[in-house]
Amino acid sequence: MTLFFPGLRGRPNAALGATITLLLLLLVLPFIVGSTVGGNAGVRALAFAALYVMLALGLNIVVGFAGLLDLGYIAFYAVGAYMYALLASPHLTSNFPALAAMFPTGFHSSIWMVVPLAAALAAFFGVVLGAPVLKLRGDYLAIVTLGFGEIIRIFLTNLNAPLNFTNGPQGITLIDPIRIVGINFGRTLDLGFMKIGSVYLYYYLFLLLTIITIVICIRLQDSRLGRAWMAIREDDIAAKAMGINVRNVKLLAFALGATFGGVSGAMFAAFQGFVSPESFSLTESIIVLAMIVLGGLGHIPGVVLGAVLLALFPEVLRHTVVPVQMQLFGKVLVDAEVLRMLLYGLAMVLVMLYRPKGLWPAPEHGIARAPRPATKGA
Amino acid sequence: MADALLKVSGVNKRFGGLQALSDVGITIERGQIYGLIGPNGAGKTTFFNVITGLYTPDSGTFELDGKPYSPTEVHRVAQAGIARTFQNIRLFPDMTALENVMVGRHCRTKATALGAVLRTKATRQEEEAIRQRAEELLEYVNIARYADFQARTLAYGDQRRLEIARALATDPKLLALDEPAAGMNATEKVALRELLSHIGRDGVTILLIEHDVKLVMGLCNRVTVLDYGKMIATGAPAEVQRDAKVIEAYLGTAAAPKVAVAP
Repeated sequence: MTLFFPGLRGRPNAALGATITLLLLLLVLPFIVGSTVGGNAGVRALAFAALYVMLALGLNIVVGFAGLLDLGYIAFYAVGAYMYALLASPHLTSNFPALAAMFPTGFHSSIWMVVPLAAALAAFFGVVLGAPVLKLRGDYLAIVTLGFGEIIRIFLTNLNAPLNFTNGPQGITLIDPIRIVGINFGRTLDLGFMKIGSVYLYYYLFLLLTIITIVICIRLQDSRLGRAWMAIREDDIAAKAMGINVRNVKLLAFALGATFGGVSGAMFAAFQGFVSPESFSLTESIIVLAMIVLGGLGHIPGVVLGAVLLALFPEVLRHTVVPVQMQLFGKVLVDAEVLRMLLYGLAMVLVMLYRPKGLWPAPEHGIARAPRPATKGA
Repeated sequence: MADALLKVSGVNKRFGGLQALSDVGITIERGQIYGLIGPNGAGKTTFFNVITGLYTPDSGTFELDGKPYSPTEVHRVAQAGIARTFQNIRLFPDMTALENVMVGRHCRTKATALGAVLRTKATRQEEEAIRQRAEELLEYVNIARYADFQARTLAYGDQRRLEIARALATDPKLLALDEPAAGMNATEKVALRELLSHIGRDGVTILLIEHDVKLVMGLCNRVTVLDYGKMIATGAPAEVQRDAKVIEAYLGTAAAPKVAVAP
């Protein structure tokens, strides 16, 4: 817990208190945002921020922990999203009469089945990507992973003929919302004394998943496997010489990182009710990478911070750019979308110049010059 | 005669037109501190990289502790029981000294990703044992006070020690050190020599590649001299020191036979 509250290191009670306060704050946050500035769109943005945190943490395993630059990470998000879309929408049954005959009520798969499947399929794709690139490093790895991401997207765009699997660029619509223990996340939940809207429900679901993801990541980081990842990131020859099977450890990083991508993809599909290849472009991969670099590569709290900042930033812009320009100039000179990329770029440049290790990097251990002891002996 | 721990024979390695090693072979007995010396470019490090699996040899037979092993994958050699250090220190610079040593325990432990995520009892116990062993080893090489320092912030001599501690963490049968004294000053060398003889006394067999003839002569039970990829002498340090071919390799042909190589 002190990971998120470095100032409270050594004070477990205070750290516990701070964590609980933070959680409570996160629980009431959608109501504050929903009733003041953002409305439903604001809560929606918060839910997306939670999804992005999951994505960023998944990518952080590959890039931050294991040091493998992956520019095609969004492909796993796509795999998870399409997996859910296909298994929980009328698309397949309406295109394949044989399937329609077998499932007269259509595909409405349970979340308990689809999410593990999405995770497993994404992990499989992680290994498919990882296996051929084991020997590659740095720039070369980045190029291959970038290509992989594009291949998946192009497949999704073109797999509508001769057999219509993905419905091509139009994407898949009418995806079932998530249902857990009888609660339909697509509708407002009436608790009797209060009503909780659909976006709020999704926000809480994603928040829970994000917390689980954070716990998993922290535990992995502090484990034998986490140390092995860091060792191959720092020096893979030395890691091998320590008996680490670099091949397996790298594949595991790809697979586990992809798993988080797959699960958040499935969540994304259910939340949107619609998926299309457009959502999984290279830009998305780069934005997720930017989140972890901006926040602090390899440092979990930093990654969370980076993801939240970059996910909420466009929403804030969307709601401020136009009114502010109307106020100042009486007309809209710069579109919010244009400004967004401009400011992203500027933010990255500034961070690289002034905080090259990210906004919230891992703490330094020890001082730049170790004190030389007066005497040394064996 | 004590039993052989490492038996290597008939090693050949060619880089393009250069025969880096021709028919090199050594036998290290259990408990020995074995020195491998030779002038620059003699093939010491190449031989070292071959037996630890970093380079694939063109030929050669390899046997560790009575069992043949094939040095094709570095991590398998480490698992088999040969731990090494590097001529140019290769630590994990951004990890703490303690974590560096903990990585060394990797091949002797077996916690899985699932165990780590669920934090099972077995995993926690293993993790605790890893930490404890790592702390002991830092204590052993006398750098326990830097346990929480990032490896790159340590003084040069301490980095060498850390690398040795990390290698020892793999519970090696054979500790292979590639020029551990390189770049050390005289005081650091004395301390290193004490550390190595301490490790030797504790029952670890050591293969030492060294430039510093003085260090090798004082420390090793047996020495092999390489020159241009060929073995030119093997024997006790004192014998080797008097060997005409060795003197020639180090000092040139004009030297009188009575001249000692090193004091």
